[in-house]
Amino acid sequence: MVEQQAAILSPEGLIEEFKKNGVSHVVTIPDSETNYLYELMKEQDWLEVVPASREGETFAIALGLIIGGKKPVCLIQNTGMLESGDSIRGMALDSGFPLVMVIGYRGWNRHGVISDSIARYTEPFLNAMRVNYYLVETNEDADRISVAFEEAKKTNRPVAILVGDEYHGFNRV
Amino acid sequence: MIRVEDVFRTFKEKRGDSIVIPTGTSGRHWGDYTDNDKRDMNLGGAMGQTTSAALGLALSLPDEKVVLFDSEGALLMNLGIVATIAGKKPQNFFHFLLDNECYATTGGQPVPNAEEINYAGMAKEAGYAAAYSFEDLEDFATNIDQIMDETGPVVIAIKVVPLVENEPIGRRERRPQKSRAQSITDLQGELGIKVA
Repeated sequence: MVEQQAAILSPEGLIEEFKKNGVSHVVTIPDSETNYLYELMKEQDWLEVVPASREGETFAIALGLIIGGKKPVCLIQNTGMLESGDSIRGMALDSGFPLVMVIGYRGWNRHGVISDSIARYTEPFLNAMRVNYYLVETNEDADRISVAFEEAKKTNRPVAILVGDEYHGFNRV
Repeated sequence: MIRVEDVFRTFKEKRGDSIVIPTGTSGRHWGDYTDNDKRDMNLGGAMGQTTSAALGLALSLPDEKVVLFDSEGALLMNLGIVATIAGKKPQNFFHFLLDNECYATTGGQPVPNAEEINYAGMAKEAGYAAAYSFEDLEDFATNIDQIMDETGPVVIAIKVVPLVENEPIGRRERRPQKSRAQSITDLQGELGIKVA
């Protein structure tokens, strides 16, 4: 049981990484795996949650926030990331500002056959957009989140975190 | 319908220190009227997403009035943003919609259901704090003071005369426009903002 609890990425761990890296806003569309995370984010007085209606909005809202001196993160699922292609291009890549995008890696599994097509297209999509990414599965990987923030700042580009934990997600376990 | 030039001429007198974000074919004419281009923003870059970027800017600068001159074609590409704006309720956000009922930049083809959509009604029902519709210049000019004193988000839908462009893009007259990067640099310099 102890081992099972250790082998997840806790929502508290993710929020701690956000706080450590000075995140001010999370622009997001909740999905079935992130409900507890959403509730937890709303409880943080240092963090403002911006719920969007469609994922493409998140990158443009983030750009506006960045221009005004804030530090947003986009938190969406990989399905919505594909919908956001033009927005990632025009509002994130072309703008030349640092941005971390946290992407739920729906359908991905370290074990067995991946049958969900969205999981097969996720990394090729990021590679096509030339967005570097880090896979985070458990709390032991959480320091990669800070690496992503540092890389985004250093390169003035978006960097993605792929959360490969669909089977625990950010709900209570 | 109102001429775009008359909309801008009327608004200019009431602009104050507002940050102004023009978009679309109609919006290109704002450059002929502005007298504070350090606070004019080019936030284009992705289809239908200037509205979203303007929302982000309004949320990041709550003490500044943020005025967006949107177009109905762009808004239709990203209509969910109306709910997103209504949900965040930015009190400093003034959402003008220049509705010419067509895609002027591609030759004037009508947008879907061009003549019947009530954009102001749509935004009001989504949860905007106030909504106005105008088809007459005198009516608009009479109300502009009240509009700019409103608590946002406010939508101001204005029927405007389309400025249809039929020339192939390469042969069109290029109106000088400040780049997005330059407009960001100018605004950040004006307000003393550094990227976090």
